[in-house]
Amino acid sequence: MTVSYVRLTRDQMAWRAAQDLPDGCFVNLGIGIPTLAASYVPANREVIFHSENGVIGLGPKPKPGEEDPNITDAGKNLATLVTGGCYVHHADAFLMIRGGHLDVSLLGAFEVSETGDLANWTTEDPGFPPGVGGAMDLAVGAREIRVLMAHTHKSGSPRILKRCSLPLTAPGVVKRIYTDLAVIDVTSNGLMVLEMIPGMTLAHLQTMTEPKLHLAEGWQSLAPPRAMAA
Amino acid sequence: MIDKRVRTVEDAVAGVQDGSTVLVAGFGIVGVADHLLEALHDQGAKNLTIVANNSGNGDYGLARLINSGRVRKVICSYPRSGDYSAFLNAYKAKSLELELVPQGTISERMRAAAAGLGGFFSPVSAHTKLADGKETREIDGRLHVFEKPLRGDVALLKANKADRWGNLTYLKSARNFNPVMAMAAELSIVEVDEIVELGSLDPEAVATPGVFIDRVVAVGVSA
Repeated sequence: MTVSYVRLTRDQMAWRAAQDLPDGCFVNLGIGIPTLAASYVPANREVIFHSENGVIGLGPKPKPGEEDPNITDAGKNLATLVTGGCYVHHADAFLMIRGGHLDVSLLGAFEVSETGDLANWTTEDPGFPPGVGGAMDLAVGAREIRVLMAHTHKSGSPRILKRCSLPLTAPGVVKRIYTDLAVIDVTSNGLMVLEMIPGMTLAHLQTMTEPKLHLAEGWQSLAPPRAMAA
Repeated sequence: MIDKRVRTVEDAVAGVQDGSTVLVAGFGIVGVADHLLEALHDQGAKNLTIVANNSGNGDYGLARLINSGRVRKVICSYPRSGDYSAFLNAYKAKSLELELVPQGTISERMRAAAAGLGGFFSPVSAHTKLADGKETREIDGRLHVFEKPLRGDVALLKANKADRWGNLTYLKSARNFNPVMAMAAELSIVEVDEIVELGSLDPEAVATPGVFIDRVVAVGVSA
């Protein structure tokens, strides 16, 4: 049987992750796809975004003519402060991270294991220096770690593995994985597929995932708003 | 009378010794004392250990020190930021040592030094390669890694305004590592956009009290 589907775009993955951020939560967005999630928080919710460089209440990109070189996000892109936001220094920004003050951290990853091990800081390429940034602090400090990443490498090989092949950022911390194909929870009973994109089957998803997948009771179709179609 | 003002950036970095550990504040290109780094380059100190979040940009400031072979070691969390070609070339040539430290561990190690503590146990990096060779302890059922204090011989800082006592205010996220590095060095040097009269800074807005600062130099508002 032929399986026909269209993978989610980076923005559609970020949109999906943003739908799960509850009103009033305090959230750190990692570099890459997670950063995009800030644009897709439902309009009736107030979410406070924490940036590791001491911006509490990170806002969207500045409008042309309103750029301020003294406000950037963690990826060093120009940013803004929301009304009600403030600044802290680095040791306090990381106290917030490490001390369990963040409700959620959305992170990018190279690999995730079936027990929630996270690998996102080094590819061990000798010509490419490693960079850990705040990843290890976030991985152990935020109350809930959710990962956004493509389901497979460009070669098609899986990134969700029985055991990570790359050095770990932290073991057993990932609770939910948003990919371009599915939403998967890491549970004590294994990987539970909550949602799959239209046209995807569990059997086909399994061919792109190393550990055993289980279809959650009441699983749903993962369909982003039509306006966001690729 | 207390007066920490110096006239020039040359005066500001005078006496920095070869082999010093230099705390370089900033996040990316924000809140970095580029005038002081350029002056340190011209001053000639070598065999330096740099503590920073990133590893310099282009061929100015910290990157210029690296390109000139003055830096023996970089302690940072994320060297790959902006145009980090200076660092990358030295790293590939193995002419420079990298100690990669999680970002919050760098800032807390400096805070521990500033606070007179002998270190701390942190869950960050437990069960990872970055904890190799470090003492560990299980605390309340969770593995923690012992981290030593990190003190600088010199801190190179960037602030917005200062008075002659060295009280500092910062602009927005340019605050970043500046307050913690100011507290953690033997000699804390700050470049500011503007020096103002004692008493004209709002005491509620001073983020670094002057007691942590040794030298202040005005470099004007950057473009």
